[in-house]
Amino acid sequence: MGKPATVTIDGNEAAARIAHRVSEVCAIYPITPASPMGEWADAWSAAGQANLWGTVPHIVEMQSEGGAAGAIHGALQAGALTTTFTASQGLLLMIPNMYKIAGELNPCVFHVAARSLAVQALSIFGDHSDVMATRGTGFALLASGSVQEATDLALIAHAATLEGRIPVVHFFDGFRTSHEVAKIVPVDDDTVRALVDDQRVHEYRARALSPEHPQLRGSSQNPDVYFQGRERVNPYYTAFPALVQATMDRFAALTGRAYRLFDYVGAEDADRVVVLMGSGAEAAHETVEHLNAHGERVGVLKVRLYRPFDPRALLAALPATVERIAVLDRTKEPGSDGEPLYKNVLTAVAQDAAGGESRFPRMPRVVGGRYGLSSKEFNPAMIKGVFDMLAADAPRNDFTVGIVDDVSHTSLDWDPAFRTDAHEGLFQAVFYGLGSDGTVSANKNSIKIIGEGTDLHAQGYFVYDSKKSGAVTVSHLRFGPRPIRSSYLIGDGDARFVACHQTVFLERYDMLDKAAPGAVFLLNSPAPPEQVWSTLPRHMQEQILDKGIEFYTIDAYRVAQDSGMGKRINTIMQTCFFAISGILPRDEAIAAIKQAVEKTYGRKGKRIVEFNFRAIDQTLANLHRVQIPDAATSHIEKRPPVPADAPAFVRRFTGELIAGRGDAIPVSLMPADGSFPLGTAAFEKRNLALEIPVWDEHLCTQCGKCAFVCPHGVIRSKLFPAELAADAPPTFKHVPALGKDYPQGMHMSYQVAPEDCTGCSLCVDICPIRDKSNVSHKALNMAPQPPLRDQERNNWAFFLGLPEYDRRQAKETTLKGSMLLQPLFEFSGACEGCGETPYIKLASQLFGDRMLVANATGCSSIYGGNLPTTPWTANAEGRGPAWSNSLFEDNAEFGFGMRIAVDKQAEYARELLTRLRDAVGTELADAILGADEGGEAGIHEQRLRVDALRAKLAAMDTPEARALTALAENLCRKSVWIVGGDGWAYDIGFGGLDHVLASGRNVNVLVLDTEVYSNTGGQTSKATPRGAVAKFSAGGKPTAKKDLARIAMTYENVYVAHVAYGAKDVQTLRTFLDAESYDGPSLIIAYAPCIAHGYELAHNHVQQQLAVQSGHWPLFRYDPRRAQQGKNPLHLDSKAPAVPYREFIRNETRFNMLWRSHPDAAEHFLEQSQAEVRERFHRYEQLAQLAWENDDNTAGAPPASED
Amino acid sequence: MDLGTEYLGLKLANPLVPSASPLSRDLDSARRLEDAGASALVMYSLFEEELLQEQHQIERFLHHQDIGHAEADSFLPLPDRYQSGLDAYLGQLTALKNALDIPVIASLNGVSTDGWVEQGRELAGAGADALELNVYYVAADPDETGAAVEDRYVDLLRQLRSAVDIPITVKLSSQFSAVGHLVKRLHGAGANGVALFNRFYQPDIDLETLQVVPRLQLSNSHEVLLRMRWIAILHGRVGVSLAATGGVHTDEDAIKLLLAGADVVHLCSALLTHGAARLTTILDGITQWLELHEYDSVRQMKGSISHRHAPDPAAFERANYLQVLDSYAAPGGVRR
Repeated sequence: MGKPATVTIDGNEAAARIAHRVSEVCAIYPITPASPMGEWADAWSAAGQANLWGTVPHIVEMQSEGGAAGAIHGALQAGALTTTFTASQGLLLMIPNMYKIAGELNPCVFHVAARSLAVQALSIFGDHSDVMATRGTGFALLASGSVQEATDLALIAHAATLEGRIPVVHFFDGFRTSHEVAKIVPVDDDTVRALVDDQRVHEYRARALSPEHPQLRGSSQNPDVYFQGRERVNPYYTAFPALVQATMDRFAALTGRAYRLFDYVGAEDADRVVVLMGSGAEAAHETVEHLNAHGERVGVLKVRLYRPFDPRALLAALPATVERIAVLDRTKEPGSDGEPLYKNVLTAVAQDAAGGESRFPRMPRVVGGRYGLSSKEFNPAMIKGVFDMLAADAPRNDFTVGIVDDVSHTSLDWDPAFRTDAHEGLFQAVFYGLGSDGTVSANKNSIKIIGEGTDLHAQGYFVYDSKKSGAVTVSHLRFGPRPIRSSYLIGDGDARFVACHQTVFLERYDMLDKAAPGAVFLLNSPAPPEQVWSTLPRHMQEQILDKGIEFYTIDAYRVAQDSGMGKRINTIMQTCFFAISGILPRDEAIAAIKQAVEKTYGRKGKRIVEFNFRAIDQTLANLHRVQIPDAATSHIEKRPPVPADAPAFVRRFTGELIAGRGDAIPVSLMPADGSFPLGTAAFEKRNLALEIPVWDEHLCTQCGKCAFVCPHGVIRSKLFPAELAADAPPTFKHVPALGKDYPQGMHMSYQVAPEDCTGCSLCVDICPIRDKSNVSHKALNMAPQPPLRDQERNNWAFFLGLPEYDRRQAKETTLKGSMLLQPLFEFSGACEGCGETPYIKLASQLFGDRMLVANATGCSSIYGGNLPTTPWTANAEGRGPAWSNSLFEDNAEFGFGMRIAVDKQAEYARELLTRLRDAVGTELADAILGADEGGEAGIHEQRLRVDALRAKLAAMDTPEARALTALAENLCRKSVWIVGGDGWAYDIGFGGLDHVLASGRNVNVLVLDTEVYSNTGGQTSKATPRGAVAKFSAGGKPTAKKDLARIAMTYENVYVAHVAYGAKDVQTLRTFLDAESYDGPSLIIAYAPCIAHGYELAHNHVQQQLAVQSGHWPLFRYDPRRAQQGKNPLHLDSKAPAVPYREFIRNETRFNMLWRSHPDAAEHFLEQSQAEVRERFHRYEQLAQLAWENDDNTAGAPPASED
Repeated sequence: MDLGTEYLGLKLANPLVPSASPLSRDLDSARRLEDAGASALVMYSLFEEELLQEQHQIERFLHHQDIGHAEADSFLPLPDRYQSGLDAYLGQLTALKNALDIPVIASLNGVSTDGWVEQGRELAGAGADALELNVYYVAADPDETGAAVEDRYVDLLRQLRSAVDIPITVKLSSQFSAVGHLVKRLHGAGANGVALFNRFYQPDIDLETLQVVPRLQLSNSHEVLLRMRWIAILHGRVGVSLAATGGVHTDEDAIKLLLAGADVVHLCSALLTHGAARLTTILDGITQWLELHEYDSVRQMKGSISHRHAPDPAAFERANYLQVLDSYAAPGGVRR
């Protein structure tokens, strides 16, 4: 047999390659980290790739995982080979159907990239909490621990389920395995064919529901027989483990890769064994081999088939010599006396001991512990810590490893310096890049080049931060002659190559901590080679000297610019890696890089190929080895992650997370209930912008548009008495306020936060004022940030120190006035130019001091609430938005719950106040009870009255007074906002949204409509327009966008509006004010340009205008109050489509790509869309023109007005 | 009447050739042109910028979608197969070749020396009977010399010539200090013909938005005169075929150009404005004129009033310029 072909792919693709080949139907729904499996399947089907039987699987995206599970259940009943891919809460939503699917013995496989559950916080990372929650469903649980296993066991799962009729959850660790890129041997079609028995497929089909041989399934049973029915399935479960083992054995015969239900690795006479499943078992495997080579007697038992649990197979796999067993669970079951796997192992061992002929001379002692929750690092040092603990006189039970638990004291100690021999002969490299600079894709490509060009084993793992703009990526690459089982990050002192692709990281990260002695450090820097040494912080210089590091530098941005690559440096840095590392002969490596470039862009990207080739060729001439002086000379010290004067929590907690030291945070520093302080994004100072806006105060007309559109809240206006600027820094700009709305003597300043700006330039784009003598000069102009940084930092600090303008005086109905209100949403990590955040920021300005926010999971919950920081903040009085994220699917109900809680407490508070009327004073009580809080002044007065009430209550020591004190805040108006994206509102959360809108309760729903699932990577939603290309709609979405507004209008008591801030800002502003003032449900559907649309977001205002002018996004407000006044409630705010739909869509890749991939469909969709926008506008126009009894303005009046 | 002419070594039934325009994007309209009498067809231009922009767009928005966020390393599916602008062009070229009996001349429009060789080869491979190289270069850099600009044209042509065997014609701008010399250099570099002259699509200023916007204005017959002069000057003196392009709307325009020495006359605005039938009208007009003036063939008339053959060659030179100025009289009512 020749050497098997290999591929270099990640775990998701590895599993999907099997699933797609043996399925006919995949019903799916996007969720991280499982989405790529569905996307692969969809892409293959879209490309016409057939399954094993020569037919192309049908991929359907449902409205939720619950929906997918229902569809799967139906498809199984009707006899199709069916699969799905999911994780975390998605898997939980499938549980009800999983019971049914298993209960009816339907063969199928769910491939799960196992992920943490949302508990005190959401986490997208990997552990087994989700799959453990399905233990009771009757599904088999089969665990893969590596990319190779993900493909092998995927096939074994599909084959076994057909054999044994038990459905299988095949799972592997989210991110660690799902996203690890590794060189594996793929399973060929012959093997798949040999393992999947067609006869079983036919039998399955014969059992399907069919009118040809009708049956009833899914009956309702009574106490008489239900129990018996439940027990009827036992034989299937009893038989299943042996059947899986038999399948594994057949697989081994075909491929040479052998698996067992429980795979034992280690000493035959081991005294200590760890038991675990998933990727952690690989690290344990590596550790055990090392420890045994160094004289210990230890072992690891890898659990493959966890359900049905086969204790005999478990016991048989354990060496009889074992005395102590540590069972490691990657999940947490609060309140339990141990995690599930531990209890299963303990039971097996105990039953064995109690059952007569025991396998063990003396019953081993079994302890349980937790590790690796949410992809927490789990490495050999920790595993050795577990073995050391087992060797202690009294092994610990209920322990944790990998954290410092100073609260319950569960954590084990470990020696971070411990390394296994596996590192010998292993080439380890780390790369620090910006998310958008292509470092990750270049490294994936390098792994492929090395994996496919050499006999070396290869592994790549990529760590991302939580931001979408300016995100940092750290790539961990390993290459070596032996199989790589290191399912953990490259540790300090281990990397033979460290690359820094952006100089901004020099002052942020201790990158050379990772460097091994004699390692190479590569820095992309604009500094000339002879000066680059002096740009390093002192600590780095010292490390270079101490570790004898070779230092190389290149000005990759200049090479990119000169070779026509613009700002793309990925190929250049990749070339440097190969040139310096010597992992491949240089010429061979360069040829391989060029080949990869050609393969990527092909004939159709010939010019791009030329630019890349030119860049590659110029790289070597521009790569320099730096002469290192004898001593550290730098005076640059690494910046503290947050300023020294930041609040204590921010310094001790947030700052440590920002610095990348979150793993060291002890348990005691974590808030027990998941509550965090606001305003932390302000401390980050990410300095992302190359250019920032500069205000020309003499040209400016103070319209406020710039502050309005800023997605990050970094450009602000403030109105203040002129005399307050007496001590301003010399470069602080302020001019007399323009306009009659504000008193004499007031000055206006527009100020930019230079270190928080992302440089998106939307403020400059929207600025309407041009210099009459030089139209390229506006009242705002972009200028390089570095020279302005210090000066503007001082100006910003001074600006912040100026008092906020009195909310009661600001004319909030005007743009200028509303922009005088402080944003309570600032410096989010959203993408540069995000189309969502301006709406959220606006709401925070108008209502932030009285807002409760229910935020659906999605982009807005990530840039809103992903640690380390939050952009939500409070004002000087300490008031601000109270924000929470429950789930993806329940957000409307979640916000509704907030509303009824507030209303109930307000009602009770009013009852108490009425009872205490005399005691607190009738005047005060009546004023509070009868307050008009319609405007800012009324709200302010009421707050003062409630303060007075509290003061009075403080002196009254009665139960009612104490109760009223606790409830008094509810006597002031609170504004409940339900915020989420279109995936939530149109799809997964629609049922709840519908119910909440119908309830009539006073909630404000803000739908940030990007027309696609943005956060999970651009999957189609029901908001996706016809003809748009999105994931799951590679051929263009064939159906029209759902008209959510019209659905909501049918209730007639819902305030409904369409807004697009870049098209008509004042309409957006008025809509927000109208919606919030309406005492009932409001639904604002906001057009939100997104990077998923495929154009530079610097042009997003133009696209918003085209969306409106083409009729794609008509602007209107439906206000039920108007109907109550006898007027037509619908008011159109935009005119009939005047711009061809083609003009709107031609600028966006999501649409125009279809002209290239499916030209006929593109034209067909365009024709339909063009007709639809006209028709829809016509329908709205007719509705708006309907005569209403007291309405003089509708019948016969112009349909659309410009105000 | 023998209307036949020879252009770029191609024997054409008559001298009327529709120039690069949207009419060649559609097979039906191309067939209508053939039916109306077109003797060859220049396809719409394959624009260098369009291809480059397309490649950049696909690179930027499909190949490099990663933003470094753990939940999404892409947002749009990367199509396995797609039709590039070049594919579409080649496809249309093949379709035109299949649909028409007349020669089809492919048109390349660009300024750089990169990429064109390969594209020229593909066009030739797809069956183009000839290539029109439309080098639309605005010498906006005050430090760039006229000689350098000319070198750019000649280099580009030379590279293309080395890659393809089919005839090449170069469509030139009138804004050269020595058109004749440049044409000779192009001949030396392998050009089989030149088309005089390119019309620059002029940028315009939108008075409301104060933005510079592209403006496309169709030609008018006044523009013929510039072409006529240079055709006349070059006829028989530069060794290449001559095509007149820009401003031909009537049979009179065409006849003048033929008399001056054009081998073919291109039509564009006239066809866009009036439809394919205008070509028949012009052709009929030429025939009638020839008959009326007792010519046997187009060959006979071609270049009969060129610089070489004109009774007063200087009339095509500066003296002519003076005459034109002198002939201009202010309209009545205008105070001068």
